[in-house]
Amino acid sequence: MIFTIAARELKALFLSPLAWSILAVVQFLLAYLFLAQIDTYMMFAPRLAGMEDAPGVTDIVVMPLLGNAAVILLLVAPLITMRVLSEERRNRTLSLLMSAPVSMTEIVLGKYLGILVFFMVMLGLLALMALSLLAGTDLDLGKVASGLLGLALLVGAFSAAGLYMSSLTEQPTIAAVSSFGLLLLLWIINWAGGSGAAAVSGLFSYLSLVGHYESLLKGLFNSTDVVYYLLFILTFLVLSIQRLDANRLPH
Amino acid sequence: MDKEFLVDAQHLYRYYGPTCAVQDVSFQLAKGDVLGFLGPNGAGKSSTMQMLTGNLAPSAGKIRVRGIDLLDEPKRAKRELGYLPEQPPLYREHSVDEFLSYCGRLHLVPKNRLRQALDSAKERCGLGAVGKRLIGNLSKGYQQRVGIAQAILHNPAVVILDEPTVGLDPIQIREIRHLIRELGNDHGIILSTHILPEVQGVCNRVQIINQGRLVFADSMSGLEQHLHSQHLIIRLRQIPSIDELTQVPGIVAAEALDTGHFRLRYEGANPASAVAEIAVARGWGLEELVPERRTLEQIFVELTMQDHVPQDTANGEAA
Repeated sequence: MIFTIAARELKALFLSPLAWSILAVVQFLLAYLFLAQIDTYMMFAPRLAGMEDAPGVTDIVVMPLLGNAAVILLLVAPLITMRVLSEERRNRTLSLLMSAPVSMTEIVLGKYLGILVFFMVMLGLLALMALSLLAGTDLDLGKVASGLLGLALLVGAFSAAGLYMSSLTEQPTIAAVSSFGLLLLLWIINWAGGSGAAAVSGLFSYLSLVGHYESLLKGLFNSTDVVYYLLFILTFLVLSIQRLDANRLPH
Repeated sequence: MDKEFLVDAQHLYRYYGPTCAVQDVSFQLAKGDVLGFLGPNGAGKSSTMQMLTGNLAPSAGKIRVRGIDLLDEPKRAKRELGYLPEQPPLYREHSVDEFLSYCGRLHLVPKNRLRQALDSAKERCGLGAVGKRLIGNLSKGYQQRVGIAQAILHNPAVVILDEPTVGLDPIQIREIRHLIRELGNDHGIILSTHILPEVQGVCNRVQIINQGRLVFADSMSGLEQHLHSQHLIIRLRQIPSIDELTQVPGIVAAEALDTGHFRLRYEGANPASAVAEIAVARGWGLEELVPERRTLEQIFVELTMQDHVPQDTANGEAA
């Protein structure tokens, strides 16, 4: 049942020009960043050759690319997630799902899975771009894998938060703006608190979406980081289910 | 115990904040019933229907569908339900076939029967020619039919239709009424509408809801009795006096409407033949003799008149 809902969600995404244009724009930006990064590498290559323990092409091209991709995804994820539940409510199509033999959990998971598959397509294209370097040089594949895992978890977190925001309103644009605000806040939350108590600043830096991603980008696979993202996703999915259920209940 | 009932709703209440939209509504639906649900706008029809289909949770009360409690086992109970909300839940970007097969999968129609279910639902709703077209490009009438097809696709025991004929042209309305009557043979149907003749045309039971309460619930034949008002309307060329009229056996009161036109109230059996014989014998020049029937509309207005209900809810505005 989850897959039926996910498949329809994905299909609906690709039936709208929005998904295609987002894919195209993101791909274009990433390709430009990729080329710029390669250019930098070419410039430094002669000097690097003389250094001992010099950073390789993975560190200079792939990792910055993944880092920048995260920022771009932060900007576009709300656009993909905004309509997922809000539009169903606005067009009164939610009652189709509500009167079908499907639980709220299945509805939310199906929707979430649909968005996730879309982003995985995007990440797949990004991964192919990075892996194309294999044609001319060697890559630290372990590091690339860790970075991609980090990006996938990050996008998973973006989607979950966006899904929840979409369940709160009937207006897709409000959902987009508020999920962008939430994600940006969680992105920069570790900027504050540096001067405050140690406990507070520790909490803020733990909450920050970006901190956990950075360590995965360095190739440090730490289960704390993975658990952080999984907890984040779980929290927002549970909140979305609660929210949908609350629509039915008397209040 | 009462497994005969397809739907058994007991003491339903629903509050929206402090306002009570539905209070103490109980009714049963048996197989073969076509239940007409009438009421002015905002009386609680849609809320009740949403509760029956699990779109709203009742504040209090119990709903059983084929003996399965809707609140305890929603997934099992909802398999037996088909629901067309007031605004048909359609994905405009899909084609009719895509949409209906999605609905079929949602309602757990087995893969090998999906094709067949799809074809028969399309045929019943007259959608054969538009399967490949996008729902967003269809006319309102066709969209409404897709909504109905969606509700009957998985062959549910109970079909709940919220104003199914709104926005259709007269020919389509006839077709949909025919379809509803046909469905009534092997399903239980609950139908809400503003259009009173529609109820008389297709339903065998009627319920009128007003301000959240059921104010009238009876079978169609019971309603017939209500419609008989124990009055005869008579038109005569020679005008007799009121006394002469009340002397006719069976007649207890007479009232002049205009010249030569009277309303006679009787008790017991219909005295029309006696009235005719006497009129002929005395040379009153009988021109017209009809039993007066109240319309469903009159009953409806009487029952819902406490508040300022516009009488002309019959021609529902196209939403």
